[in-house]
Amino acid sequence: MQEMTQQIRESAKRLLEQGQVDCVLGYRKGTVPMQERPFFAYTPEDADQLVWTRFCVNNLANFLIGRQDRIAVVAQGCVSRNIVGLIQEKQLTREQVYVLGVHSPGMVDRGKVQEHFPNRVIHSVEEDGEELVVSGADFSERIKVRDVKRNNCYTCTHRNAVIHDELIGEQGKETGGGNMDKVAAPWEKLSPEERWERLEETFKDCIRCYACRDVCPLCYCNQCFVDENQPQWCGKTVEETDVLTFHLLRAFHCAGRCTDCGACESACPVGIKMRMLTSKLEKDIRELYDYSPGLDLESTPPLSVYRPEDPEPFASG
Amino acid sequence: MEYVGIEPGRLHFSWISSSEAGEFQNKATEVVEAVRALGPAKRLVKDIRPEEAEAG
Repeated sequence: MQEMTQQIRESAKRLLEQGQVDCVLGYRKGTVPMQERPFFAYTPEDADQLVWTRFCVNNLANFLIGRQDRIAVVAQGCVSRNIVGLIQEKQLTREQVYVLGVHSPGMVDRGKVQEHFPNRVIHSVEEDGEELVVSGADFSERIKVRDVKRNNCYTCTHRNAVIHDELIGEQGKETGGGNMDKVAAPWEKLSPEERWERLEETFKDCIRCYACRDVCPLCYCNQCFVDENQPQWCGKTVEETDVLTFHLLRAFHCAGRCTDCGACESACPVGIKMRMLTSKLEKDIRELYDYSPGLDLESTPPLSVYRPEDPEPFASG
Repeated sequence: MEYVGIEPGRLHFSWISSSEAGEFQNKATEVVEAVRALGPAKRLVKDIRPEEAEAG
């Protein structure tokens, strides 16, 4: 990862010095462990702050929306897929974005790391190959990365950037090793009553902070439906119906667009697993339309076009 | 919506042209009957009335 960091810095410096781009979007070290921050480097000196670690969980595509300048961006598989999605949705042009393609080794879920150290404050986490060295005031222990990866990284299907103008490091293994079909839509086997119980349980802690929406590269509406007052589509309280309405509607808005980047789960301060919902939509789109979002600039997202042969499993006749 | 536990039969989708009055009427009757059979909705229903005080 150190080498990747060096290469990202070198490429960023070169691009900025030669004036090929106006800025380079990447990650820099966070102020607390395991939370790298999105970072815009505008000068070659800024580029020295760029890093590439296993804690780069924000989806940088989110910061490209509506930009007019020419911008280079560090993109692993999911981020590059969202860039493709934004170009398809005309939020960005292919010409203005210079993709520094990186291979994602699978990112770490900081919540899972913290679970290994209950009631202890983690001061620093260093990477050492396939292990993490977790240190606090009176302890220093090693844990295996594979035990604390984010759930969506286990079932990743595209770890390499799907488009790139320049490769950082070498391309690597494409999948995370998990089988998406085994974990997608986990409630399908349950009865309606059990499904409802799981839904209530999953979202019961939501405080409506909208972090999931704000980090999502799909949620770029100028005014979100939850913020609208006239008409008011959704109540603004943390009462169950309001919370569920928000999450259900947001999930629907992402159907056929979600790349399962996991930014929503990583951003959630109370650890809600939104993928319980979004994985169902991903699965439906894959099975009904044989489509996975953000893989091909030339393709048309299935829900933005009508075709006479579109499947209609909902129509009872 | 069925995936999250809304009862099958409460939510209906169909494709009816504005010229198909008979089809529309049939569908409306079918939907009303299906939903009536399920009884009042309990899910995604907001009740903002304060809890009734214990009778005492």
